[in-house]
Amino acid sequence: MTGRDAAYGAAGLAVLFGVAEAVPRLGLVSRDFLPPASEILRTLGHELTTRQLWSALGDTMSAWALGLAIAFVLAVALGTLIDAVPGARAATASTVEFLRPIPSVALIPLATLLFGADLGSSLLLIVYAAFWQVLIQVLYGVADVDPVARETARSYRLGHWTTLRRLVWPTALPYVMTGLRLAASVAFILAVTAELVIGSPGLGLRIQLAQSGGAVATVYALITLAGIIGVVVNLAVRSLERRLLAWHPSVRGEAAA
Amino acid sequence: MLEITGLRKVYEGRGRVVEALRGIDLTVERGELVCVVGPSGCGKTTLLKCVAGLLAPTAGQVRLAGRVVDGPPPGMAVVFQEYGRSLFPWLTVSQNVELPLREKRVPGPRRTALVQQALAAVGLADAGSAHPWQLSGGMQQRVAIARAVAYEPQVLLMDEPFAAVDAQTRADLEDLLLGLWHRLGITTMLVTHDIDEAVYLARRVVVLSAAPTVVQEDLHVDLPHDRDQIITRSDPRFAELRAHVYGHIRAAKTDPGRPPAGTMKA
Amino acid sequence: MSRAARLMLGALRVLGLPVLLVAGWWAWSVWRPSFYVPSPQRIAAVFGDVWLTARLGDDVLPSLVRLLAGYVLAALLGVALGTAIGLSGRLRAATEPALEFFRAIPPPVLVPLIMLVAGLDTAMKVLVIASGAIWPVLLNTIEGVRAVDEVLSDTARVYGLRGPARLRRLVLPAASPQIMAGLRQALSIAIILMVIAEMFASTSGIGHTVVLFQRQFQIPEMWSGIVLLGLVGFLLSLAFRALERRVLHWHWHQRETHA
Repeated sequence: MTGRDAAYGAAGLAVLFGVAEAVPRLGLVSRDFLPPASEILRTLGHELTTRQLWSALGDTMSAWALGLAIAFVLAVALGTLIDAVPGARAATASTVEFLRPIPSVALIPLATLLFGADLGSSLLLIVYAAFWQVLIQVLYGVADVDPVARETARSYRLGHWTTLRRLVWPTALPYVMTGLRLAASVAFILAVTAELVIGSPGLGLRIQLAQSGGAVATVYALITLAGIIGVVVNLAVRSLERRLLAWHPSVRGEAAA
Repeated sequence: MLEITGLRKVYEGRGRVVEALRGIDLTVERGELVCVVGPSGCGKTTLLKCVAGLLAPTAGQVRLAGRVVDGPPPGMAVVFQEYGRSLFPWLTVSQNVELPLREKRVPGPRRTALVQQALAAVGLADAGSAHPWQLSGGMQQRVAIARAVAYEPQVLLMDEPFAAVDAQTRADLEDLLLGLWHRLGITTMLVTHDIDEAVYLARRVVVLSAAPTVVQEDLHVDLPHDRDQIITRSDPRFAELRAHVYGHIRAAKTDPGRPPAGTMKA
Repeated sequence: MSRAARLMLGALRVLGLPVLLVAGWWAWSVWRPSFYVPSPQRIAAVFGDVWLTARLGDDVLPSLVRLLAGYVLAALLGVALGTAIGLSGRLRAATEPALEFFRAIPPPVLVPLIMLVAGLDTAMKVLVIASGAIWPVLLNTIEGVRAVDEVLSDTARVYGLRGPARLRRLVLPAASPQIMAGLRQALSIAIILMVIAEMFASTSGIGHTVVLFQRQFQIPEMWSGIVLLGLVGFLLSLAFRALERRVLHWHWHQRETHA
């Protein structure tokens, strides 16, 4: 991004802020529906000084991290296994294709029954949603190994473990990282959703409480915070991706362009 | 037909100023086939894009049939080097050839006839319903040529049209172009880095200097009118002309703006 | 291998594991009957009674109509705005940070907000679905429109494609692989939001009914609702894939031949 683009972007944000400030102040929209932007930011500032908010954030982010980690490990392990066992890919394809599009929120009633308003509910939803994102990418990735490279490995009589470590994983890594990036944002969405709908402690629950209490500015402030966290999660995973894949042509190409 | 006067193009961006064309003066008469050659990086493509109206010149102007070019003019067709990227992959071969005619509001029956004639002329009469990506590189470039021909342009511009195909296909396409030119007499300006190709195809070869670019030499090719891949290329005169152009380009690379010493007079 | 044997093997590949999984579930539920996890047989038995009677018109259909309305709204707005933004470099630079922010907001948090503003009716649910599903469409359209191949774009200019014709014959087809990718993401977001909006505040719809069953401890009925939501997700994704195959056939083939 060039400096000029950044200036335009900042101007765009400023315009957005100005409109969100002016519209309620001019009475175009009632303040009960949209408080002025400055008020939202002030409320957010105030919220950030409270212990409750930070503990809610801690709950949300630890559910996010734990769920993401479980989903990631499961998906990578299963993906590698499917690749290693002959015929497994063909045998599992239909099941994967059927289970993947099932909306994870369909599991909300089940989660409520099994775990109640607790971390377990959040984890069930997060893991289910994030798992498929990673698994699909792992399966793409391991399928992308060049057949010639595979035969080369076999002709040099490399062992299974060496082939996996030196050939399959490096090839699949960019795909796995894509899967992780997608899964990270999906996991964050589901973490907040579980809190919002089921009532597990966290940011989502606070939004729900603010809404039922009629604290409009707080609702907006917390949604803004959720957006900011979402951006931070995206940026963090992208920078991790860039660091891990610095050697990879896809990243190098991007940097050159 | 095509007059280029004092054409200058300077690229500015990110604190770097690059003078690609310093001042080009060049006239192409109606029905002529002119090849433009020059060392790599000399701004051949920039020149072609300015002529096509795809780039605005910094100074000077291009006139087509007396009218100043300030955007792609009607009556001009361009064949690009990257055939794979210049055909619409979501359209069939016929639809690709037909699309410009649609935009020109050519009536339906005439359109169909033009498409069929053009495809037949490039030897692809049966490939109309295929998609471009189902064809080989040479065939794709034939489609691009057919599209240009069907458009019935006054001027045909070609940017390294045969640079990305294999040698045999290249020879075929060169002869295809010559055949079309003989039959239709379209004013043609072809940019290439290949000296042999330029001498083989052209009635006139324009040699550009290294950047910042000027016209270094404007050479009349006095080879027999009918060209043949074997006979023409083994003509001693072909070798002389080729050596002459080559000398100019080598000189242009080392010392731009000065004609080489000791080359024969053309 | 004979034709019959190949067919058998194909059927085994597609159906083998699902049959095995359901059989395993069934065996488990016989061996260790659980209140929370009824046998597949029991769920299948209540499925017809629950969903294929009056609820088909009262709950299933309204859900699907809202879903479709919100999705189509998001798709139209997303593509239209995305094209406008994508065509202008300045507009793109100016909107990018704001759009990145809006995209990063988890769409379900919009449910309480939009409830607050628009009340509890159908319009609210359609608005919730549209406001969550629009972002992937918008951002992918911008990216697709921006990345139209330069040579192709020059070709179109040379041959006089301008204005609406340029949009219809060059920009939108060239961006269609990206746009379809956005529409695919938007579809799963739309389903999620439909379910959540109905769970939150509704008197009808699949999501509402499933939560009702759960609160009343009608476990097999609740499970049949989960299965129904799964089927809806699966069938919509099948339908989408069929659409994608029609729209993007050239794209897939092109990639195959160039790979």
